[in-house]
Amino acid sequence: MSTTKLIVPEKKRITRRSALKLAGAGAASMFAGPGFVRYAQAQSSEPIRIGFQVHKTGIGAAYGKWYGQTTDAAVKLINEAGGITGRPVEIIAEDDATDPGRGAEVVEKFATQHKCDVAFGTLFSHVVMGSAPRAGELKLPYYVVSEGHHVASGKLNRYTFQPGITDVRSQVISMAPWIAKNLGKKVTMIFPDFAFGYDHRDYFSAAIKAQGGDVNALIPIPPTETTFSRYFAQIPADTEVIYHVMVGPAVLTFVKELGEFYGGSHPPLFGFIDSLESVSLKSPGLEFLEGSYFWEAYPRYAGAKPTEFDTFYRGKVGVDQYGASVSDANDVSTYSHMFGCWETLYIIKQAMEAAGYKGPDDRAKLIEATEAITTIPEGNEHPQGDKIFNGKIHQVFGHQNITQVKGGVGELVYRTTIEEGMYEPEADYTKMAL
Amino acid sequence: MAGLRPGHPFPSCTASLLAFFPHLLLALLEGTVAAAVLALSALGLSLVFGVMRVVNVAHGEFFMLGAMLAWWVAKMVPGGPAMGFVAALIVAPLLVGALAFVTERLLLRRIKYDPEATIVATIGLMFVIQQLALSVFGADAKAVSAPFTYRIALPWFGFSGYKLFVVVASIFILLAVWWVLAKTKWGLVMRVTQFDRETATAFGIPVNQVYSAVFVAGAALVAVAAVLIVPIQQAHYLMGLDPLLMSFIVVIIGGLGSIKGSVIAAVIIGLADGVISMFFSPTLASIIATLAVALVLVFRPQGLFGVEPR
Repeated sequence: MSTTKLIVPEKKRITRRSALKLAGAGAASMFAGPGFVRYAQAQSSEPIRIGFQVHKTGIGAAYGKWYGQTTDAAVKLINEAGGITGRPVEIIAEDDATDPGRGAEVVEKFATQHKCDVAFGTLFSHVVMGSAPRAGELKLPYYVVSEGHHVASGKLNRYTFQPGITDVRSQVISMAPWIAKNLGKKVTMIFPDFAFGYDHRDYFSAAIKAQGGDVNALIPIPPTETTFSRYFAQIPADTEVIYHVMVGPAVLTFVKELGEFYGGSHPPLFGFIDSLESVSLKSPGLEFLEGSYFWEAYPRYAGAKPTEFDTFYRGKVGVDQYGASVSDANDVSTYSHMFGCWETLYIIKQAMEAAGYKGPDDRAKLIEATEAITTIPEGNEHPQGDKIFNGKIHQVFGHQNITQVKGGVGELVYRTTIEEGMYEPEADYTKMAL
Repeated sequence: MAGLRPGHPFPSCTASLLAFFPHLLLALLEGTVAAAVLALSALGLSLVFGVMRVVNVAHGEFFMLGAMLAWWVAKMVPGGPAMGFVAALIVAPLLVGALAFVTERLLLRRIKYDPEATIVATIGLMFVIQQLALSVFGADAKAVSAPFTYRIALPWFGFSGYKLFVVVASIFILLAVWWVLAKTKWGLVMRVTQFDRETATAFGIPVNQVYSAVFVAGAALVAVAAVLIVPIQQAHYLMGLDPLLMSFIVVIIGGLGSIKGSVIAAVIIGLADGVISMFFSPTLASIIATLAVALVLVFRPQGLFGVEPR
């Protein structure tokens, strides 16, 4: 232990410089083609082992399934293009049952039993909160795809990153001005009663106040709840906008009961697509959603003019233009979240290659190389759009989208700039010891 | 945009008393539905305990299986949700009943209905069914369409017509079960077996067959409950835990083995749940329900309407 401590600072100085140099050469060069990859062929052809912490069961199961499908598609592509530093990528998937305690055990298994190089893929924020401290203790680089603000808040550790999906704080501050301007200023918030929901509550309340608006009621709902009408009764009469974000197996019941409660005459609805991830907007009972608005990280409906990258990505993951599985139109994906797995895997690849990653001894170098990433161009590797990564808070920033339900599909009405979702960093992980 | 809006529960400009009424109405409606759901899901458990004096921990999984089968049947049967619903009402209880029959023959009979061994065995069965459902049907929640959709538009809010249908259906099922127990020869045989197993045997009643039939009937009843309830929830492999817990609460408060007690307990708990969750919080409602169980166990261990086991 003591020798590691002595060596680390020296490594740190050298690698930061080399990592910066490589990053300066431009992120695009990382993907310059198989030629570069072959040149970087490592001595070892042992696979790079990525521990995939996946919600196969529990309340996150619908997401877990699609996170798995997206991850498999991305890994297949990466391996076809020569792997990472010339080594094939192997995914070791472990179910965490969407449970924080089990999550920490899974992280431990990745580090000690499976000898993984990095861990990746966690979505539900309470599982991230439960697992990240263990990843930090084990010095296992941990790339989450969670949306929660916990990474950017500085509450986690130097080993935890969120480079493939934006955080809730960024999402909601970029939505608040649009909501205040177009829908109304008195907002009732319905959100899940755990960490992820609290990020919505705290940051949206502040953001709408900054727009001269006001949250007139907060309605937290446990994510395991099965019946919802009684919560809707708490929505005050003078509400101008109902802001809803729900997760868990009962999201469809949640939205259906909202429809039963209000019928056709409801205040304008602004929902986070989480409330309907993996659920078809055309499901019976959801007709009342016509005309309502959704935040989507990545619009499920490809629209009339999808980018070539979006078309490429959909093709590889096996999703049609409506965001459903190509083999079963009723099997709707978690389109606004799962791209995060794809993009995160490409960030891991980029950082490993920048760090000249050879094995677990190079984990510190990998951390620094990830922190050194700044701009991320749009492309097949990042089909959702270009992004800016902030190495200090380990969080990526990107474009957000507002869609309106028209004829049962969400049509894009507004796409934010990256800057609209930026905020002052609250922390600096790079100052923490490695 | 503020102010009076049709279809809204709280017109801001009306007096508080008037605003209170829609609240109370919704609370009572929700409470009635909750009571019906509770009574339906607890009925099978109560019946099995009443006659056999064993606790079936896998009860909730029979419920889950009924719901999953409802989804599967609805998917397989052409002709819309109504046809699927009717088909599920026949298929689900049959299949779940068949599973219960096998369980009774291979498991409960072998351990001679020993109460403690039965609890352990059915805990095992619970996990087996749960994991089988996970492997066969997958982990995501499955929506089942109601046989009909009718939104009752009240002046303040809307309410699902199907939910009220569930209430009516559960009253009907409860009456049917009561009639069988009280008025038929089969019911008499069951009551005799419940009253005294040895004497029943002495009078030539095939107690083993009665047990078998009761266990199967309990499972089939909870499957029917599941088919009725799944359109207002969703089928999910973990959904059995909730009905199991709530059934226990209802059965313990009502008195183990007393169907009348279970029904009254379901009504009390359901309505209290509706009203407390509406005016305070759903969490408080759960706390109070659990506290009620504790109090009943301390002060009236046999439950409100239970009889001391002989």
